[in-house]
Order: sequence, then structure tokens, then C-alpha cells
Amino acid sequence: MFWIAALMAVGGAAGVVLQRNPFYSVLSLVVHLISLAVLFLLLRAEFLAAAQVIVYAGAVMVLYVFVVAYVGGLEDPLTEPNPALRTAAPLFAGALLIELGIAIVGSGLKAIDTHGPHLGAGFGSPSEIGALFLTKFLFPFEVVSLLLLVAAVGAVALARPAASADRELARDRVSAGMSASSQSGD
Amino acid sequence: MDIVWYLVLSALIFCIGALGVLTRRSPLVILISLELMLNGGNLALAAFARMTGTSDGQVFALIVMIVAAAEVVVGLGLIVAMYRSRLPMDVDEMSELKG
Repeated sequence: MFWIAALMAVGGAAGVVLQRNPFYSVLSLVVHLISLAVLFLLLRAEFLAAAQVIVYAGAVMVLYVFVVAYVGGLEDPLTEPNPALRTAAPLFAGALLIELGIAIVGSGLKAIDTHGPHLGAGFGSPSEIGALFLTKFLFPFEVVSLLLLVAAVGAVALARPAASADRELARDRVSAGMSASSQSGD
Repeated sequence: MDIVWYLVLSALIFCIGALGVLTRRSPLVILISLELMLNGGNLALAAFARMTGTSDGQVFALIVMIVAAAEVVVGLGLIVAMYRSRLPMDVDEMSELKG
């Protein structure tokens, strides 16, 4: 089960990077997210898996698909035009992978080669996560709610200037038409 | 399955996301690749929560998820604003902050 989900997660991730059309990238990301939810279930993180499917594969993906459809399926060249960057970018990513692998294998954590300790029944359940949010992590919880509020206000503020620019454009057009008609009247 | 395999997988996903951020030039695909990187981090957090037997890592992963949602909202708002003002959809040509 782990290997199937892992293979699908890596395949979805590779699809995101290697697809030319952003729409297919978004669809590969959905595959990736759902297989990650399976991995979360294998790690006994039930609430996290449910949140992953509902928030990511549901809401965020709808937002992405909406924006891709709005902006249009722009075909994006896969390769970098700058030859130095074209070779340096995969090299950098490979170096990062090797470095992370060394960090994981050489971390010296004793429990890393086990299946993890034996867990109680409530591990990862919504009640335990909720209790932690309201007791131990109350301050991060409030900060995150404030962040969501700021992001919502920011999205509205980002959408507004274009509307006012359209209005200015319309006003300019109206005044230009009026001046043209007054000139023709003379 | 041993915890170490989950960590290796999360590192692999993170690096694929980093590769996408480095090579692609459409801001939309760069945002999606950023999601990949955040998801790699989330997987590592869940794996560490399983390793220690406490739920703290899962709470951390949930908060990362919320931050990612906020990032998507603002990023997609920026992309829509770019599209409306007829800017090229290429991060290499958007080297100025002036709107």
C-alpha cells in the first residue's frame, strides 16, 4: 500500500513539473494530493487526511482550475532559454535531494528505522487535534485565524484596483466622447 | 513501513517541487510547485508525529495547510490581477515591483 501511494505521489509530482499545459499540471496535483492523503492515513493521521482531501483536493484545486480556465491554458515552454540556468536548475535540485538524503540517513534518530511506537486509539482523531488546538496551541490557532482574515482582505484588495481602473477607463471614454461630440457640435 | 521511507519520499517530493520552481516560468505552475514543496514538508511532519507518538506534528501540518491556503488565495489574486493588466505570464519578465 505504501509503495503504490508513494509511486502515485511521485508520479503526480513529476506530472506537475513536466506537463506543458497548466491544466494538466493541476490535474496531476490532484492525483498527488489524494495519494498523499492515503499516506497520511497510513501514518494514522486521520483528521489530517480528511482535511487534505476536503481543503486541498476540494477547495484549493477548484480555485486553481478556475484561475487556469480564466487565464487560459497557456502553453508554457518546459526548458529555460538561458543555457546556464537550464543545466544549473536540475543540478541544484539534485544536490538538494542528495543533501536531504544525507541529512535524513545521518540524523542519528533511533526511532527512524522503526514503525513508530504503539499508539492509543485516539491518535490523530479530530477530538485530539481539536483539544490540542484549544489548549497547547491556542496562540498559533488564533494567529492562523488572523492570517486567514488578512489573506481574505488581501484577495479583495487585489481584485479591486483593476475594477477602479476599468471605471477610470470608462470615465475617460465618456469624457473623450463628450469632448468629441462638443467639437463636432462646434 | 519504516518511518525513514516516508522521510525519503517527502524529500523527493520537496526536490521535485524545487525543480519545478527553478525551471518553470509561468507563475501559475510555480505556485503549484510551491504546493508540492509544502506537501513534502507536511508529509515529513506527519511522519515525525507518528515517530514520536504525539499529535503535535499533525497540528503543525494543519497550520502549514492553512498557510498554504492563504498563500494560494493571495498568489492567485496576483495572477488574476496580472492577467487583467495584460502583463506577460512570465516571471523572468516581471522583474519590477511597479504595477
